[in-house]
Amino acid sequence: MNMAAAGRAPTRREVLRAIGLMAGTAVLYQAMEVLGHARETQFAGPPNLQGARPGTRVVVLGAGLAGMLAAYELSKAGYNVQILEYNNRPGGRNWSLYGGDTYTELGGATQKVGFADGNYLNPGPWRIPYHHRALLHYCKAFGVKLEPFMQMNQQALLHSSKAFGGKPMRYRELHADWDGHVAELMSKAIDNRGLDGVLTKEDADRLKMALREWGALDKDFKYAKGWGSSRRRGFDRPQGGGVLGEPIPSEPYAFKDIMDSGIWRVVAQHMSIDHQHTMFQPVGGMGMIGRGFARQVDGKIRYNQKVTSISQQGGKVTVTHTDTGTGLVSTTEADYCVCTIPLSVLSQIDVDCSPGLDAAIRAVPYSNSVKVGLEFRRRFWEEDEAIYGGISFTDREISMISYPSGGLHSSGPAVVLGAYTFGPASYKFAGMTPEERIQRALEQGSVFHPGRYKEEFIGGAAVAWSRVPFTLGCCAMWNEDTRKEHYQTLVAVDDRLVLAGEHASYVGCWMEGAILSSLDAVTRLHKRALEA
Amino acid sequence: MMRFVLFAAAAVAAPALAAKAPPAPHPGAEVYQNVCQACHMANAGGGEGAGKIPALAKNGALEAAGYPIMVVTGGKGAMPWFRGSLTDQQIADVINYVRSHFGNRYRDKVTPAMIEEMGLPAPKGGNRER
Repeated sequence: MNMAAAGRAPTRREVLRAIGLMAGTAVLYQAMEVLGHARETQFAGPPNLQGARPGTRVVVLGAGLAGMLAAYELSKAGYNVQILEYNNRPGGRNWSLYGGDTYTELGGATQKVGFADGNYLNPGPWRIPYHHRALLHYCKAFGVKLEPFMQMNQQALLHSSKAFGGKPMRYRELHADWDGHVAELMSKAIDNRGLDGVLTKEDADRLKMALREWGALDKDFKYAKGWGSSRRRGFDRPQGGGVLGEPIPSEPYAFKDIMDSGIWRVVAQHMSIDHQHTMFQPVGGMGMIGRGFARQVDGKIRYNQKVTSISQQGGKVTVTHTDTGTGLVSTTEADYCVCTIPLSVLSQIDVDCSPGLDAAIRAVPYSNSVKVGLEFRRRFWEEDEAIYGGISFTDREISMISYPSGGLHSSGPAVVLGAYTFGPASYKFAGMTPEERIQRALEQGSVFHPGRYKEEFIGGAAVAWSRVPFTLGCCAMWNEDTRKEHYQTLVAVDDRLVLAGEHASYVGCWMEGAILSSLDAVTRLHKRALEA
Repeated sequence: MMRFVLFAAAAVAAPALAAKAPPAPHPGAEVYQNVCQACHMANAGGGEGAGKIPALAKNGALEAAGYPIMVVTGGKGAMPWFRGSLTDQQIADVINYVRSHFGNRYRDKVTPAMIEEMGLPAPKGGNRER
């Protein structure tokens, strides 16, 4: 603690750091809450670990974000760190497929990605919420350039097989009509004295005025064709100049059709804290984060190493691993181990640990999802329909298509995320060959842009997470019972071993979870090492 | 989770064609294609990377029907539970399908009543985070 030595009143930052050093991040987080600095995830700054005993070795298993960050922070603290990685690249699930890349999934299907220069598919994470402060911190610190990710686009489309005869409609129109109709209904309920029991007369009047403004109702509290509603949903003839400059208002859709469209589900999704503006993506693909992290641990990663056992016998950690290229079996010894191998894989590895941790590792199944990237000759969604980034949603299996947020308003080929499946559709798509997935995604997505989608298509790439060789799934699927029974055991330091990754967090399936888990794990491991 | 919608394949066979109609597909085949083969592969051969997805083909562990019932209803390791997303009938069908195909020749049949009796319940509060 250097604040006393400085001979001046401590700054708030110094106080926070001091609290953090003495009592750990939980107390620091509470202190930050009191000082009004807390944000949605628990990041209080990098851990600034210091003073490792000279010569202490740590082996880190996995060169995903959790593993590389653990290696970075522990190296800074003075540990000798070695990372073992199954793949021949850094990043783990932080990954982009570019033109020229080759990917072989379980079962042997190999895809040679043919995308044009600069185009990519992000098979895993693809967007970063503004409040994922830990990830954002390290992106800046490691020189990973970010750009806005368009999550919501009012000009994008919503398709429902149950509404408007299966014709995709503008999000903007549906959203405006949803709000407008609901506001009118509420206003009627007030007129019919339906809210007398819950509102005073004065508040009911205020609410009516609010509803008129919120829902774009007319002077009679009706949601109707007119200037007000068209300023939201758009005009039949837009505003222009000269002789025909006067706009012609548009007719709102019937409330029943709006109900059938399920628009509120998409509106609600955008209200979730995970999808609120601002969102980010790395310039050039999500994989740029993995590359940025890898630059910080340059020379510390051994690639193509498949871990087969982890022993803690004899006052040390011994990891046995096989080179996937040569078949050569070797061992790596260390004083401590940070293991970021997904539980789907770790549960199949011989891990020498407490029975409780062993049970926890086996208790958590993995979800599944499929992503398909489709490359088109030109950005017809921009050029023909003024859709710049954002997502069009459908009740078909692909669930959505997402237009690229990068390279907006440029010419040449571009890649659309053509499918992001959930639930049963993920299993159905994963069971297909990559070519079948691409064809199915093209077929289903063509509902949004008939006459363009299939016609301008060049080629695609598809990743089914249940067949990804290094994870055998997407993310850890916890439930209330397993959280209660196993979570604390899973994250606890087990003799010389600590686990980290999105599976060891409550920010499951997000990169932020991997980062926060890693910081917490290395902080506790460092403490354990100093106490030894 | 949404329930799987499966189509009754038997309903469409016209009597006039009955003599030449191909045998009705096993009711478990569609469940296998829509769910199981996402991991276990179309030929039930499984796969191996950093970890392994076991082959269901010629699999001796399927001999005692109680074992696949427990695994399909309750999950195992990376494999999630399917109780609640598949009906007991679908679970029985697909177990029967796998136990009688892909080089497996177990003759005893699994029934929905056995799934009800021996299966594990779906966990509470399981949520998929996006």
